Amino acid sequence: MRRHGWRLGLLVLVMSFVFAASAAAQSGQLEIFSWWAGDEGPALEALIERYESLYPDVDVINATVTGGSGVNAKAVLKTRMLGGDPPATFQVHAGQELIGTWVLAERMEDLTFLYEQEGWFDVLPEELIKLLSTEDGIWSVPVNIHRSNVMYYIPENLEKWGVDVPKTWDEFLTIAPKLQAQGIVPLSLGENWTVIHLWESVALAVLGPDGWESLWAGELSWTSPEVVETWELLGRILEYTNSDAPSLTWQQATDMIVDGEAAFNIMGDWASGYMSTTLGLEAGTGFGWAPSPGTEGIFMMLADSFGLPKGSPNREATLAWLRTVGSREGQDIFNPLKGSISPRLDSDLSLYDTYGRSAARDWQNSRIVGSLQHGVVANERFMNDFATVMEIFLSSRNAVAASNAAQAVAAQAGIGF
Amino acid sequence: MRTGKDRLLAGLMLAPSLILLAIFVYGFIGQTISVSLTDWGQGASLAVRPEVHFVGLENYRQLFTGILDIRFRQDLVNMVFFTLFFVVLCLGVGLLLASLLDRPLKGEGFFRTVFLFPMALSFVVTGTIWRWMLQPRGGVNVLPTLVGLPRLEFLWTTSRDQVLQFNWQWVPGALLLTAGLVLFLLGIRAWRRGERRRAGLLAFPGAVVSLIVVLGNPGGWSGLPFAEPHGFNLAMIGIVLAAAWQMSGYTMALYLAGLRAIPGELKEAAEVDGATPLQVYRYVQLPLLKPITLSAVVILGHIALKIFDLIFAMTGPDNAVTSVPAILMYLTTFRGNQFAKGASIATLLLLLVSGLIIPYIVSSLRKGEED
Amino acid sequence: MSRGVPPSTNLAANLGEARRVRRAGRVALYGVLVLLAIIYLMPVYMAIITSLKDPAAIRLSTAWELPDPVSWEGYRTALREFAPKLRNSFVLAVSATLLSALLGSMNGYVLSKWRLPGERYIFPLIVFGMFIPYQSILIPLFQFLRSINLYGGIPGLVLVHVVYGLPITTLLFRNFYAEIPDEMIQASSIDGAGFFGIYRWIILPLSVPAFVVVIIWQFTQIWNEFLFAVTLAQPGSQPITVALANLAGGNAVQWNMPMAGSILAALPTVLIYIFLGRYFIRGMLAGSLKG
Repeated sequence: MRRHGWRLGLLVLVMSFVFAASAAAQSGQLEIFSWWAGDEGPALEALIERYESLYPDVDVINATVTGGSGVNAKAVLKTRMLGGDPPATFQVHAGQELIGTWVLAERMEDLTFLYEQEGWFDVLPEELIKLLSTEDGIWSVPVNIHRSNVMYYIPENLEKWGVDVPKTWDEFLTIAPKLQAQGIVPLSLGENWTVIHLWESVALAVLGPDGWESLWAGELSWTSPEVVETWELLGRILEYTNSDAPSLTWQQATDMIVDGEAAFNIMGDWASGYMSTTLGLEAGTGFGWAPSPGTEGIFMMLADSFGLPKGSPNREATLAWLRTVGSREGQDIFNPLKGSISPRLDSDLSLYDTYGRSAARDWQNSRIVGSLQHGVVANERFMNDFATVMEIFLSSRNAVAASNAAQAVAAQAGIGF
Repeated sequence: MRTGKDRLLAGLMLAPSLILLAIFVYGFIGQTISVSLTDWGQGASLAVRPEVHFVGLENYRQLFTGILDIRFRQDLVNMVFFTLFFVVLCLGVGLLLASLLDRPLKGEGFFRTVFLFPMALSFVVTGTIWRWMLQPRGGVNVLPTLVGLPRLEFLWTTSRDQVLQFNWQWVPGALLLTAGLVLFLLGIRAWRRGERRRAGLLAFPGAVVSLIVVLGNPGGWSGLPFAEPHGFNLAMIGIVLAAAWQMSGYTMALYLAGLRAIPGELKEAAEVDGATPLQVYRYVQLPLLKPITLSAVVILGHIALKIFDLIFAMTGPDNAVTSVPAILMYLTTFRGNQFAKGASIATLLLLLVSGLIIPYIVSSLRKGEED
Repeated sequence: MSRGVPPSTNLAANLGEARRVRRAGRVALYGVLVLLAIIYLMPVYMAIITSLKDPAAIRLSTAWELPDPVSWEGYRTALREFAPKLRNSFVLAVSATLLSALLGSMNGYVLSKWRLPGERYIFPLIVFGMFIPYQSILIPLFQFLRSINLYGGIPGLVLVHVVYGLPITTLLFRNFYAEIPDEMIQASSIDGAGFFGIYRWIILPLSVPAFVVVIIWQFTQIWNEFLFAVTLAQPGSQPITVALANLAGGNAVQWNMPMAGSILAALPTVLIYIFLGRYFIRGMLAGSLKG
């Protein structure tokens, strides 16, 4: 007995290690990496609560990195991935921001099997799935949908000033001088990314949805007359914007229409949430919205999504998280709080506010295209350099120079290859 | 006296620090430089084993001559102007404050604290507060309305106005000419001191370089095929103000310490000689503050060259008119995934910083030799 | 010293005049100082009133007006965010400050009082470390910390702050110790004191002013640091600057929250400057910051 004592001891030791390890696998940790804080925090927390109620043994770590328009989060995420320490899952804009960086680098797992298991092919629009996929698979689960091409206004003010909502940019350019004559800024604008945001609505109007898609497929050249026309039109529109735009956040640009200093504002539909929740305006009467001029019937979308990195520290718990994220219940908890809509065609619209219901209807009935500024259609390298292209345009106001620069950026970033 | 054993101990005590710095400073710098010589940033740059090729100085060539890298060149210009104005403003204001406080005063402690406390803040805090202060429709711009004057309209951090413009193509020529002239003047000085050999070694190449620049066609040396104007963006004024608000207390403390360290007898002697307070200040006190100014320039200069958090918090990443290379490096690397190019910008930043610190090191070494 | 100074003859006659000038001078001096103090305090005033406003009541046009009614919401939110990170910040700042000060003091002692071979190159090589832009070494730094299993926790952060603090602490102490006369060292080494004896009985007791400067400087730097904090620490070990960035960097900015957060985050270091500012200047007076 005594001779075998040490063996027994070893056995106990090994057993306890095995036991400890298996216990860890059952409870496990799930680190969710995102840049959601402030106003967007509560929606994520509610979704995490839902997950915790389904999987009470998993210890969720909500790792948020904010600031610097999301650049800080990218720095931390990339440093960690390069250092071989991926989080269990991370927030990323659906589309090329994910595909051009992480899928290309073979850092993500294909989620087609999950889409099949959960029946998501039946409830998500085909055009959306196309934007999330490459030939080799589907790479993330979208949690929300925002619309980029929305024009906001205050109905009461428009009546007072005697103008209608412009349906095309030509209409806008005719009414803009009238507004200006009354001392009203026709279109309020904020810091530089909101100019890119404006450009994508303008370009969509000029190129149409097919032209827009062929631009990103590399079939339409950046130096073609149509694309040069987008810059020229942008230049004419900028004549009717506020001179202090680069100093304003998008919220302050929205404030300008609420305060009656400006007539229109083009922003993603998170502005609806800002006006109804933070400013307490009634959707439809307190503030109104329309597709940005010339984009009727087109839904320029962007989405936040979560994926499954290869080497995710807790694959099972992460898959469970992705199931929760993609479920109808999960989405209908998250989106009303976030002020976005669910990508699912079967969501319970009674849970959403007036704007949300209207957006959900448009989501089901419109042609869907992807946004540039918010990471759907172009990779990160293009996005980063496109800010410089915009800078060149803003300082030179030269449409041809901007087109040439954009062509060079597209070639370097491999757009359409 | 000091035994060999003690010297060994001294070396051993220094060793851990040296090893740590060798890894954390020189090892990592080496890694950054070697990355800067590659093309890491093409295609799947974040792959586990990204495809990386050695490309020599290609990234540097692009930064100085590429059309799309115009932002880098303007950022560089922004940084130089920022450093210049920030350091000068801090020195000036610090000296003013110290001179005012260096008198018998009631409430000196209060004033000193008021001028010193911004130093305690992080640049993120300063940036947040000043971003609010410099809003075009609020903050500083509406101050005049409180006394019935019209509102200011200046766009503190976003104005597109530029002054002191110059053509980038002339930069290499101008730098060479400056270097040549400095060498030449140093040579003349050596000649006057009677160090003929040294004079020749300095003045001759100096004269040759200057002549080449003057007679040559320096506009073509930049490698930039077109004229490219750069200048001081007025939007930087807002950043300079915020930074100087934060750091002028530091120069004040330095100068105040310096002024108090001047023996009273020196001042008294001058006063007995009939010097007015202003003359005492000008001829007795100021000259003694010179070494302090030197170390202040080094400390402030390195803060200015590395400035990042403050601008990031004040204007965000995409406000090109107030951007500097440190911000561009961060964006290029972590948003644009161009790791090699980011590393090149970092390397250039380091070179610039070395340009600042090398004279300081040389002078401190010289002092060491004199001791 | 009398170069350029005119000889003064009728001092007595000018005395009354001089007194009047002096009084006017004092009024002007206080006037200028008060004006400057107001300018320096303006941002603080702005931060405090904004932090106490209700988010809906924050408008650019009324930015300078006092809050009415006062809302503590910003502080409540900020405190909630900061509470879990406060301990991390203190542990990190205190331990990294003390370690880097001690190591810096030892380095300064060795470099100023022990002629080592190659010393004239070692010192500049150490000081140069102060000048690296840290973003540029982030990736290798992360990989290194992970390879020695120090990524993610406070010990790793302490190590990083100690290492990157060494250049400046070494610089400050070395310059400070250079002013201590070598004769004192020689005298005591004749008395039989060795390397540590001299440090313990001569250098350390004289170092208090330098320690004050170094500790204040380092504590402030480490307390306020953001980049390492956000990249090298897992959520459980993050210091409060990360929480501050979360307050200031969320998508919808309600200005009362970042302002309240800024004030709370700055409180410890500002208090240090208020209470120890005098010693800070005295420490500089003792020569530790002279070239």
